Amino acid sequence: MKKMMLGNEAFAYGAYLAGARVGAAYPGTPSTEIMEAYATYPGVHAEWAPNEKVALDVGIGAAYAGTRALVSLKQVGLNVAADALFYSSYTGLKAGLVLVVADDPSMHSSSTEQDSRSYAKAAKVPMLEPADSEEAKLFTGIALDLSEKFDTPVLVRSVTRISHSATPVEISDVPPPPAPSEPPMYDRQPLKFVMVPANARTRHPIVVERLEQVKEFAETFPHNRIEMGDESLGIVTSGTSYQYAREIFPNASFLKLGMVWPLPEKMIREFASRVKTLIVVEELVPVFEEYIRWLGLPVRGRDIFPEIGEFSPHLVKECALAAGLIEEEDKAKAEAAATTAATPQLPNRPPMLCAGCGHRALFHVIRESGALVLGDIGCYTLSFAPPLNAIHTTGCMGAGIGQAHGVAKGGVKDRIIAVLGDSTFMHSGIHPLINVLYNESNVTTIISDNRVTAMTGSQQHPGTGITLQGKHTTEVKPEELVRGMGFKKIDILDPHDIDNLAKVLEDHLNSNQPSVIIARRPCVILTKERHTPPIVDKELCVDCGSCMEIGCTPLIQEDGYVRIDPILCNGCNLCIKICPAEAIIDQQKE
Amino acid sequence: MKNIDFLLAGVGGQGTILASNILGQVGLKLGYDVKKAEVHGMAMRGGMVDNHVRWGEKVYSPLVFKGKVDYLVGFEMLEAARWPAYMSSNAIVIVNNYRINPPSVNMGKASYPPKDEIASLLTAKGERLIWVDATDIAYNLGNAAAAGVVLLGSLSTFLDGSEEEWMEEIADLVPPKFLELNKQAFVEGRRAMNA
Repeated sequence: MKKMMLGNEAFAYGAYLAGARVGAAYPGTPSTEIMEAYATYPGVHAEWAPNEKVALDVGIGAAYAGTRALVSLKQVGLNVAADALFYSSYTGLKAGLVLVVADDPSMHSSSTEQDSRSYAKAAKVPMLEPADSEEAKLFTGIALDLSEKFDTPVLVRSVTRISHSATPVEISDVPPPPAPSEPPMYDRQPLKFVMVPANARTRHPIVVERLEQVKEFAETFPHNRIEMGDESLGIVTSGTSYQYAREIFPNASFLKLGMVWPLPEKMIREFASRVKTLIVVEELVPVFEEYIRWLGLPVRGRDIFPEIGEFSPHLVKECALAAGLIEEEDKAKAEAAATTAATPQLPNRPPMLCAGCGHRALFHVIRESGALVLGDIGCYTLSFAPPLNAIHTTGCMGAGIGQAHGVAKGGVKDRIIAVLGDSTFMHSGIHPLINVLYNESNVTTIISDNRVTAMTGSQQHPGTGITLQGKHTTEVKPEELVRGMGFKKIDILDPHDIDNLAKVLEDHLNSNQPSVIIARRPCVILTKERHTPPIVDKELCVDCGSCMEIGCTPLIQEDGYVRIDPILCNGCNLCIKICPAEAIIDQQKE
Repeated sequence: MKNIDFLLAGVGGQGTILASNILGQVGLKLGYDVKKAEVHGMAMRGGMVDNHVRWGEKVYSPLVFKGKVDYLVGFEMLEAARWPAYMSSNAIVIVNNYRINPPSVNMGKASYPPKDEIASLLTAKGERLIWVDATDIAYNLGNAAAAGVVLLGSLSTFLDGSEEEWMEEIADLVPPKFLELNKQAFVEGRRAMNA
């Protein structure tokens, strides 16, 4: 039986079928659904860790203990977890450990565009790359087997178009291996697991030798396969690029790589010898192409296809046309030209804070303060854009507070705010906040606490008191953490009380000490709260545009006044507090 | 078995993913190879979303090709207007008669294209354009969020699969609480095509 599954659901299914019993992750688009799907299977422990580094250490621990483990993360998450990836490459494990890492070419939801194959190379670990959901399922299981066979963590690379594409998956009749009847015996091997320099020096040669063994294995790995067609053109490719190339070059020969590191030298040489022209179709970093050049084989790739941005079928096609590899039919050419000529500039539609979102009120007040705002990663990052224009930096998770401290030490006159969300605070906001106290800077840190990891689609975190698998647990409160650190000036408030917020913020910015404001209002997607929308009294509205400065989608300025779309509005009434003419009328009173 | 490519375009939160899930499962039921690509995350926050669904004997790319789309389903007028380059000249274009202003329009910094301009963009190559009052229909049934399933009902009249077969997949994917609403929405979408 076949079932449509997202790539992410298939990774989880594959891990479950292969007997992985521990899973850990931090949410991050496009990887989030992997751990969410895994958490629904019986007999597994799945958790949201505070960040990816913790998640990977958890997975490594489970694997040391003899239990197969799944860790899932996005490409920038692997940056956070990189330290753990490198040491686990040296120690090896006991049971299998698979890391599914989802890259985001074109940065649909990311701050940087990275190719995680570079990490496989740097950490000297094998990496597999599926081209659809069926392979996502299979490769996750294979990765766990290889992890045990070669005593190494194994990476499985995904991209947005694998993670968030759904394709048919064969549902297995075979259940996963049963849980062990006895608890596993922990095998204490200090020479293998304690990476002091003396031990690490004995492990590094083992790592290098292991990679050679995996490379030999790759030569006969059935998911590295040659599909011979016309010998005039040979294409080395993997993942989604394979799917696009298959349609654009229906007659060409293919070397489809299921293992993208290490690469099968003999197989590549053999394929190259059987085709007249050899090209590589790969997104982002030219990993295959550089390797093939290093082998001394003539190959084309980067001179045809870009190394920036996501591939699409038409991008691959246009590049192939420009390089003279294929020819276009005249009819299609004419139609494309006609369409291009007819396409006008249409207004863009950037993502926006939801109607009723607490961040909107907060950033409205922050902007009014005129302070310099060092931002972070989350829905609130959208407040950088017009009309709010209220964030001045965004780098990576937890960066804003450290930057704010540095800006203060850099000696500017601006009043300084660092702002981040509750989940981001748990992820990596704690250490830089300790630094603000320890090294003394006059930074006001605002935790915009919407009680959820919102941007990735409402995930739990330590501050919510609920686990991924729905269990109630200790609620780790940001106010208790900052009090414990030693902050003296802490205020907790509802950002929708904008007069109070403005007063408290002014007080903090003018006080000569580091301080914390927790602006708490649950995410409207979480609460699903809706109230009767207010209406605008046309007679009173002076069309001053003040309410438009909060950038709320239901507010529409036309024909000399503002109206409110009742389908889009959630009735939060923030605009009533903004309107200087008192023209927006509350409908919830009677 | 003929290849059929669909593009579902709308605004984040309008339910394009549910509609494309139903469409995908119906394709599989009818014996096609199916692939679909969707957008999550950042774009959910009221941004542009495009869901690709492909039915065929053997489908490689999950993304549709420019100039090859057979059915464009616009959940919002402006969002439909972005995709003329993707449609084949025989395409059928089903558009929700519903407008959500992008922020630049609300702020008076850009203008929303007039409906007749959108219509001429969507029919420039000879495509067939059909307007459906999907949001109004769904709103009158009790929830504007069911507009996507109204559109799916209209789309289904051009495709294989009996009403019952479509209903089975709707029942499989819609939470029980909203099932009756969505079933009615689907029927109303079919009816809108016969009116």
